[in-house]
Amino acid sequence: MKVALRTEALSKQWGGFRANSDLNIVLPQGARHALIGPNGAGKTTFINLLTGVFTPTSGKVYLGDQNVTHLPQHQRVKRGMARTFQINTLFPGLTVLESVVLAVCERRGIAGRWMTTVAKQREAVEEAENLLESLRLLEEADALTRNLPYGKQRLVEIALALATRPKILLLDEPGAGIPSAESAELFAVIAALPADVTILLIEHDMELVFRFAEAITVLVGGQVLTEGTPAQIAADERVKEVYLGEARHV
Amino acid sequence: MSVAAAGARTDDPGSRRLPDGRWHRMEIGFWLLPIAAFFLLPGFLVLGSQILIVALFALSLDLILGYAGIVSLGHAAFFGVGAYSAGLLVTHGWGEPLSGLVLAGAIAALVGYVVSFLVVRGEDLARLMVTLGIGLLLYEAANKAAFMTGGVDGLSGVVMWKLLGVFAFDLGGKVAFAYSLMVLFIVFVLMRRLVNSPFGLSLRGLREGGKRMPAIGSPVRSRQVVIFTIAAGVAGVAGGLLAQTTQFVGLEVFGFPRSAELLIMLVLGGAGRLYGALIGAALFMIAQEVLSGLNPVYWQFWIGLLLVVVVLSARGGVMGAAEALQASLRGKAI
Amino acid sequence: MLINFVGILFDGIAYGSLLFLIGIGLSVTMGLMNFINLAHGAFAMLGGYVCVAVMTRFGLPFLATLPIAFIVTALAGAILERTLYQRLYQASHLDQVLFSIGLTFMAIAAATYFWGPGQQPIQLPDFLRGQVRVLGLDLGAYRLFLVALVIVITMALVWLVAHTRFGAQLRAAVDNQQAAAGMGIHVNKVFALTFALGSGLAGLGGALGIDVLGLDPTFPVKFMVYFLLVVTVGGAGSIKGTLMAALILGVFDVAGKYYVPEVGAFVIYASMVLLLIVFPSGLYGRRA
Repeated sequence: MKVALRTEALSKQWGGFRANSDLNIVLPQGARHALIGPNGAGKTTFINLLTGVFTPTSGKVYLGDQNVTHLPQHQRVKRGMARTFQINTLFPGLTVLESVVLAVCERRGIAGRWMTTVAKQREAVEEAENLLESLRLLEEADALTRNLPYGKQRLVEIALALATRPKILLLDEPGAGIPSAESAELFAVIAALPADVTILLIEHDMELVFRFAEAITVLVGGQVLTEGTPAQIAADERVKEVYLGEARHV
Repeated sequence: MSVAAAGARTDDPGSRRLPDGRWHRMEIGFWLLPIAAFFLLPGFLVLGSQILIVALFALSLDLILGYAGIVSLGHAAFFGVGAYSAGLLVTHGWGEPLSGLVLAGAIAALVGYVVSFLVVRGEDLARLMVTLGIGLLLYEAANKAAFMTGGVDGLSGVVMWKLLGVFAFDLGGKVAFAYSLMVLFIVFVLMRRLVNSPFGLSLRGLREGGKRMPAIGSPVRSRQVVIFTIAAGVAGVAGGLLAQTTQFVGLEVFGFPRSAELLIMLVLGGAGRLYGALIGAALFMIAQEVLSGLNPVYWQFWIGLLLVVVVLSARGGVMGAAEALQASLRGKAI
Repeated sequence: MLINFVGILFDGIAYGSLLFLIGIGLSVTMGLMNFINLAHGAFAMLGGYVCVAVMTRFGLPFLATLPIAFIVTALAGAILERTLYQRLYQASHLDQVLFSIGLTFMAIAAATYFWGPGQQPIQLPDFLRGQVRVLGLDLGAYRLFLVALVIVITMALVWLVAHTRFGAQLRAAVDNQQAAAGMGIHVNKVFALTFALGSGLAGLGGALGIDVLGLDPTFPVKFMVYFLLVVTVGGAGSIKGTLMAALILGVFDVAGKYYVPEVGAFVIYASMVLLLIVFPSGLYGRRA
């Protein structure tokens, strides 16, 4: 079993507040792993530590065999780690197509070219259009991101992450704020991702979690409460306790 | 106006709206204006050169402000570096215009490169302070180094040799005007290419979503360094032009009012559209000329008021208003 | 030599105290509303001109004009905050910068129109002029008065922030605006009061500073860098940081101008740039 992502005693502390304490999480390659926990448990902080938005107070992050703990964000992306944001972090003034083309160009290493025009980057544009099509966003290609309805923006959020052709994908509540009907579409896309892509999903919708995940980690108060298969987690009394009143049962 | 019918996809990747660098008819019309002015308004050419130079300067600020989203309160620093470089070159014996201009741009770009590392580090406020500080620092330095720069009296006697060995700078300002126009146009074309390129797209990405850029693998800092350096170089070229065409360099090239006025021009014309910088500069300079007879206190008051009103209400300056108008007209046509 | 040095140190502290008094309003505004207000110096200027106007028009003694300067400026601040500033809290920093530059221009133009472009002379009361012997040193009486006053005001501010309900609300709002609002704190009222207080203090500082800093219509631009510097280096929203930065800056500026006059202001700007390189978030800055 090849390990795609691993953390060693990862901790993040601000003043007296411990957002993440001593997290040792292992993601094998191709994992379909969910991270659940009540609000404020430190899930997004964890993603921020993994991607490099925050530097840990202590501990390490490994991408495969490499220690990436002090590697800047964009270089982790170059090594195959991508994430989506819980709150839409898009390019409001760019069109959908421009946004995705930009991401594709960055991946292809041609975003630094300045003597040619964007339109001439045929392959990149085609790749972007194909990606948009797979997400049913092609019709909105020329729309400004800020003018899109929220659900579509959420899809653009995923498109940008997918455009980097990640080996490890960290999804932070991708379905947040989308009605169940539309989120089914979104999750179909995620489910259709290649088997060798490692996916870590933060979600509150338990039905989606139990449908998607092969392994679940429960985070409470910045620490791991327990880990296991969906069946084990579903049966765990402590988890139920933590989620009294939190779970959404459809 | 989406091209795709439901489900079907056209196979031509260029069919959607992406920056393609094609020249619009209005653009060509725009550039015919100064050419017409050259022939039709000989009395206006001295002011005209000034407008062209300031327009180039405004263009350079648009690159970092309108495209990369870096707020700078000290862009005049590079303008001043270019002006003094060009001026000092002449007073030390080398009066060839074109090479002087290239030198001015190169030195300004070098200073910009060094400064850029300070600028890309901090958050908005720290960046503002650093840019402001650099401008003030250079002002003081130029002031104190009066033995070289002429201090408060300024650097005079910047007498140029013939342009291309043929055209002497005349009092009527014809050669200066044509020279400034050529330089402006060439630099503009280069910058236009740049903003329509993938690099330009990444700059807009920086402006629109600074947080998302690293998450798609963009080396934000090095991009900012590059554009800041380029913008500094262009500002330096504008400064060099000023020195060469007015044969004088004063301390005010470094002054905060210059940087502030530049911001105002961009706001007036609309940032992030290149032409907005040119239009804003032209409008500002013409307004200033027309109103210069008025008590300068009034000018300052009304400019301040205009700025306050524009920020509180109009979005995107003249270009933004024009685009909004265009969009609503197009909407009505359908 | 040593006496000179102590004298300079004291001068620098007096100067720094003024900078603190004027700058603290800016610091809290930036820390609280995340609003870059380049027009803050204009409030100080307003206080100065109010002081001058009241003294010449109504013949009031200098000390009596101080509370008036404070109140008038605080009122002006409150009015402007409710009508204009409030609209731009969510705006980009560029918009805020442009807006405040516009306000500054208007203020400078108005001051020039009403009082002319020259420096305003000030008649200090007799008991504040001259020197006072303290511990074997001759110190300027006015500067002594300044430092004493600022010490008192600082203590009052610290007490206000640490021990009153308003202070607690202020600290909460600075820390986390949304949470504070969620707890029922009227964030808008806190903003308005804080802005008024900050402007008032600036006005007071402007009036007190006529003798030390001078007063003319270009005051806001001339000293804008200093105030911004104090806030940036000290860290927005931190009283301690602002005070430290103001004192350090005051001493450095005075010392610089005394020991290396050829270089003058250059030292300040260079130190600022250097400090910002090492401390991008200021000395006591909040993590952005």
